[in-house]
Amino acid sequence: MSFVQNYPFFSIVLSLLCAVVSFVVPARWGKRLTYFLLCASLYMQTHLLVFCAAGHVSFSYMMGHYPAPWGNEVAAGIIEPLMALLFVVVILLSISGGGQHIAADIKDDRQNLYWVMVDLAHVSLMALCYTNDIFTGYVFIEICTIASCALLCIRENGRALIASVRYMVFALIGSGLFLIGVIYTYAITGHLLFPQLYDAIQALWAEGTYRFSMTAAIGLMTAGLAIKSGLFPFHFWMPDTYGRATPASSGILSGVVSKGYIFLLIKVIYRVIGADIFAASGVQTVLLLFGIGGMIVGSVSAILSRRITTMVAFSSAAQIGYVFMGLGMGGQAALAAVFFQILSHALTKPMLFLASRDLSEAAGGHEEFRYLRGAAHRNPIAGAAFTVGALSMVGVPVFAGFIPKLYFATASFGMGWRTWAVLLALAVSTVLNVLYFLYTAMVIWMPGTSEQREYRTERTAHGIWAMVVFVVLNVAVGLSSTGIAALLTQGFDLFCR
Amino acid sequence: MTAMFTHIVSNYEEVVAVILFCIGFCMLLFSRNLLKKVIGLDIMDTGVFLLLADRGYIAGRTVPIITDGVSDMTRYINPIPAGLVLTGIVVSVSVSALMLSLTVRIYKTYRTLDMDKLYLMISNRRKGGRA
Amino acid sequence: MSKIDKDSLLGLWLTGDLDLTEQLYADPLPHPEETEKYQPSHDPAAAAKVTRYFRRFYNICAALLCMIFAAIMLLTVANLPPYGAKDAPTVNEVAQRYVEKGTEETGAVNTVAGMILDYRAFDTLGESFVLFTAMCAVTVLMNQSGKRRRVCVEAETVDYYADPIVRTMCKFVIPVILVFGIYILLNGHLSPGGGFSGGAILASAFIIFAMVWGDERAQGTIRVPVIKTITLCALCFYALSKTYSFFTGANHLHSVISPGVPGRILSAGLILPLNVAVGVVVCCTMYSFYMYFKRGEL
Repeated sequence: MSFVQNYPFFSIVLSLLCAVVSFVVPARWGKRLTYFLLCASLYMQTHLLVFCAAGHVSFSYMMGHYPAPWGNEVAAGIIEPLMALLFVVVILLSISGGGQHIAADIKDDRQNLYWVMVDLAHVSLMALCYTNDIFTGYVFIEICTIASCALLCIRENGRALIASVRYMVFALIGSGLFLIGVIYTYAITGHLLFPQLYDAIQALWAEGTYRFSMTAAIGLMTAGLAIKSGLFPFHFWMPDTYGRATPASSGILSGVVSKGYIFLLIKVIYRVIGADIFAASGVQTVLLLFGIGGMIVGSVSAILSRRITTMVAFSSAAQIGYVFMGLGMGGQAALAAVFFQILSHALTKPMLFLASRDLSEAAGGHEEFRYLRGAAHRNPIAGAAFTVGALSMVGVPVFAGFIPKLYFATASFGMGWRTWAVLLALAVSTVLNVLYFLYTAMVIWMPGTSEQREYRTERTAHGIWAMVVFVVLNVAVGLSSTGIAALLTQGFDLFCR
Repeated sequence: MTAMFTHIVSNYEEVVAVILFCIGFCMLLFSRNLLKKVIGLDIMDTGVFLLLADRGYIAGRTVPIITDGVSDMTRYINPIPAGLVLTGIVVSVSVSALMLSLTVRIYKTYRTLDMDKLYLMISNRRKGGRA
Repeated sequence: MSKIDKDSLLGLWLTGDLDLTEQLYADPLPHPEETEKYQPSHDPAAAAKVTRYFRRFYNICAALLCMIFAAIMLLTVANLPPYGAKDAPTVNEVAQRYVEKGTEETGAVNTVAGMILDYRAFDTLGESFVLFTAMCAVTVLMNQSGKRRRVCVEAETVDYYADPIVRTMCKFVIPVILVFGIYILLNGHLSPGGGFSGGAILASAFIIFAMVWGDERAQGTIRVPVIKTITLCALCFYALSKTYSFFTGANHLHSVISPGVPGRILSAGLILPLNVAVGVVVCCTMYSFYMYFKRGEL
């Protein structure tokens, strides 16, 4: 057993300890501790990814002295460290980019709690990435929910509180449904760990007993995680939640937390239920339809919104719709497109939130579009970052957002009526994306009026670097798609059962 | 088809749990008062825990605490659901505390707990700001 | 049956006019810095009308959703294995090993304690951190220290509880509760109970103390740094000791922890200290929930 294989567990425990220590030390030490933790975690995930990809290995790691059906387990192949690496990078860039807003938005006596919550969000995401036990998944989903609610409501204003309540109500219904799904699954199989569950479910489905409960359990687990990640028609909490939080929190919530739930859902589909049974249960088609609905409705709502943060948040609903459409298509080609979509959205959305906050500050604190004229001239870095994000979201080649659209389109061939639905949805959604993102990009680059010139924003070096790294990563993903696709194909061999 | 659903009478405890869950769910959906929504969430959780705890019961057996040195499975019930329910209860307590503190803060800020009034208030403010 | 009186408690409850939070906070004025300026809309009547239509639409959707959901859930329950069956799928080799080998392998006579603190300890580690997360989140929302003190509720409460009968009774009751809580805590591996229930019982004793003798006195006796330090130590101990056992387990190293003689109070390896750590965390969390809700600071 190689020492590298301890890294998933180390990143979880280190994060727990950092959270506890940050609770008692002053805020600036909490901040340093969080940066240390994230850098250490970055190193560990990278090393693990290199280890797994070079040796083409996947392994399971016993949490304790008891083997699989009795003890807890974590597991890693290529996909898991890849997602964990993505999550760590996005958290790190979000907090360094939004660092100065954190200092401005949050009162001094609560700042150390902000770092505690970032640590806890990190631990729950790592656990969701690596867990091989469905009930552990539930426990860490709850940590993730509470931590993200705190990240949201720590900005002390009334709207953030109401947004938190909405977020919590939807999130709790989601986790309740997920738990019932887990209970039904446990009641008919008697197992909680992924490999044993998979074998038991395959046997039960082939036998034909308890087929209705199995279908209901699959539906409940899927519905729970879909509600938590904001699938249409349960996306109404999104604009308030993402639009009212401090930008670092918006970046973490939209870029990473929702992706954590989606990744758990992907694990449940491909490692617990099995792709064939998921397709046969009919839940897959429902996901396809709701995904397409989310793509259209999210984009239309974004066009109708009048504030830049609300627009960016509704565009998240549309992007989550793409992910669920991909899951509803089934097959490894569509799954690769889903991972590209997760990658490009996680790298683009936090950048858009940070840039739109900077732009609205350059417009004197107004978020409505009519005040934003010429804001990009007063803050060129934010303007450039917003433009790159907008081009990526629209799906212009060279940027990251182009790749998933291409893969979705190629994956959709040969699926009967689904091909037409997917292609039509992609076309309509792209046109709508062009409408609102390019319109916004045009507005911010228009020459402004003379009295607006006085609003200037100061950006710290950290913030500028975070933006630059976001842009570079976005273009890098867009240009190196074949390499990533090869890595994903290699990973699916180990990941899908 | 009907042969699939033969256990509705024997699973009466689970039926009660499901009804309890649905009561909580209705309360969450229909009541406008935030405090009642929180209570609805708690009732929902209780239903889930009852459902989970029922799954561990085996007729005619006793609690899984080894007594008289007899450690034979035929004497004790299944311990797994008990452990899972314990976890669930702790999660539910934490979540209720968080929801209640949000409720208190909203009441202190807006002096109402009626969700419709809250939305009216914030949407009015938005319109007023824009005009 | 007659109509429910509108002014009765039940009537108020049903029509939604009863706010229990009013009893918590008698202070009629909101904080100046928390109140956002209220600006009237152009047309409140139109907005109210839209809300009413939305509410009607929402109610119909919600009723449909509820009915469909209830039907699916009932059908699913009817399709589950029968209640209390001896041959249910859940009665398999997993449960069998927990019961039959549990005492030998973990040293705990209470199979559930052995299961949650040894076989499936990672879940329970996560569970304790759920409590910690909630404690931090409640601190974020409710911490008012440094702001204006609320004293009006205080005076009334203290008057009510300063009753000599209540105080004298509590002098007898609190030690009994504490002893009972410690008993439950220390016997978690031998009998029903353990960290979570024991910790909750201990916290109830502290909460009664704070209620009867007033928050100021409680704050003087149970100091904030002490609570924080104890929670910190307990959580760190929990995480580190579990790190040791996970690390040795996964790397197939020899662990120095032995299950001991089942049935003794000092047995079951790490389960007893872990129960104590969990109990301390639960106790501190519950007590701090109470204090934050009562007076906005620890």
